[in-house]
Amino acid sequence: MSGLRPDLAVIAANVRPGTRVLDIGCGDGELMEVLQNERECDARGMEIDPVLVERAVARGLSVVQGDADRDLADYPDKTFDYAILSQTLQTAARPDRMLDELLRVGRKAFVSFPNFAHWRMRAQLAFTGRMPVTRHLPVSWFETQNIHHVTVTDFRDLVAARGVKVEREWFFSGAQPVGPALANLRAEYAVFELSR
Amino acid sequence: MATAAARTFALSAPLPLDNGQSLDGVIVAYETYGELAPGKDNAVLVCHALTGDQYVASTQPLTGKPGWWERMIGPDKPIDTNRFHVICANVIGGCMGSTGPASPAPDGKPYAMRFPVITIRDMVRAEVALLDGLGIERLHAVVGGSMGGMQALSLAANFPARAERVLAIATTARHSAQNIAFHEVGRQAVMADPDWQGGDYYGSGHSPDKGLSVARMAAHITYLSETGLTEKFGRNLQDRDAKSFGFDADFQVESYLRYQGSGFTRRFDANSYLYITRAMDYFDIAEEHGGKLADAFAGTPARFCLVSFDSDWLYPTAESRHVVHALNAAGAPVSFVELSAPFGHDSFLLDVPALDRVVKGFLA
Repeated sequence: MSGLRPDLAVIAANVRPGTRVLDIGCGDGELMEVLQNERECDARGMEIDPVLVERAVARGLSVVQGDADRDLADYPDKTFDYAILSQTLQTAARPDRMLDELLRVGRKAFVSFPNFAHWRMRAQLAFTGRMPVTRHLPVSWFETQNIHHVTVTDFRDLVAARGVKVEREWFFSGAQPVGPALANLRAEYAVFELSR
Repeated sequence: MATAAARTFALSAPLPLDNGQSLDGVIVAYETYGELAPGKDNAVLVCHALTGDQYVASTQPLTGKPGWWERMIGPDKPIDTNRFHVICANVIGGCMGSTGPASPAPDGKPYAMRFPVITIRDMVRAEVALLDGLGIERLHAVVGGSMGGMQALSLAANFPARAERVLAIATTARHSAQNIAFHEVGRQAVMADPDWQGGDYYGSGHSPDKGLSVARMAAHITYLSETGLTEKFGRNLQDRDAKSFGFDADFQVESYLRYQGSGFTRRFDANSYLYITRAMDYFDIAEEHGGKLADAFAGTPARFCLVSFDSDWLYPTAESRHVVHALNAAGAPVSFVELSAPFGHDSFLLDVPALDRVVKGFLA
């Protein structure tokens, strides 16, 4: 599983082999390929960008071009063992509803997102008075796809308010794991495994 | 091009039809490309569109033009004949060697309008009978665009064990009211031609070429996109500097359509056009399966891939999504992509490199 982005590597390593998985916002299928070939999963993907879908299909993966905000509704309840949403929650029109949909179509969910409360972000906003641009959020405020910036603490609050259980959690600064202590300050991004 | 032989297969049993009758002495004309593996497990059935034929990757004998999908099928092409044994059959009701309205009925005269009204599923039954005859139990894939895609979906729904992969391009699981409306215009144009003679024009020295030509012109517009037409022709005049203030083909687009229409009459039988458009209009896979499309694909072991084009308004993306939705509900592994191309419905026949990559990847 080398070569995968650290959040994807964590997800790939923790999906039970042989399960049915939906990767939402699967890009060109890099995680799906590992799940299918190394974990023997029945991996399905959803991706909004047709160029990325075409690349995933050319890799022999089952990917449907679609908009997760709208098209997750097409899937029956509990179709999948896992629904995966990597670095996509912050682009959803309504992340709260997206979370509900994830745990409707999947028995469990993996969600990863960049943490907007990382100390570097806080420092940029505090000292420059400008929206932060960092290695994990490299795009200026006016052209970013991220429309709902979220922090680890916000996400914990949302999950608790929706009655969702956190099964496991992982935090990273760059490729380095960070412990849960002060994760909201120290983590550049987070991965959560969730269930109802 | 790979070797192509003019071949026919005579069905040993009458072909049961959706209208309740059965058809005796059915002949299926077909072409093959690439070698069939000893295990007979590398066959790809390619299904042709309304006015296509079995010459998918070899010279069409009447027109002398290249096969309609030469760009897709051949050695090292997306459907690689170094690897796959490609089969393409002329549909029943057609006019390139398979039994159709121009074929002799048991009384020796052409069927003409005595030919039974057939369906897409009947066409597929004939194709499956051909596969039986060739000893091919299970296809590596069934592939088709437009009406060919309807056959591919119909084969998956009615003969689920026969194909491992189903690739349906620019197609639908049912003909819409708009689709039927356009076809009706074409049929009425044929039947309004005095030379149609109630369909009994064979051997009369006259055939309804004017009506068929108009039908083709109307249909051809539906295969293109407004952008494509504008880019290609705009309002440019044909061979003149000023409007004629008459009804000659002043505009290039008029001249182009007339050329398409008259070329078509040289290679296609008007009655076949009536029967095949009727078959497409009757097409509704959900209706065949109790009204629910997902039920048509319940428990299917095949992998599916659907492709639509953003400029296709004849079989728009929503039609493909409808099928994808049903396949998801049935739990089938399905891929779907809407490709961007300027050519309208005809995009599946034209130079769209992304389609080549999807086809190659899906068949791999």
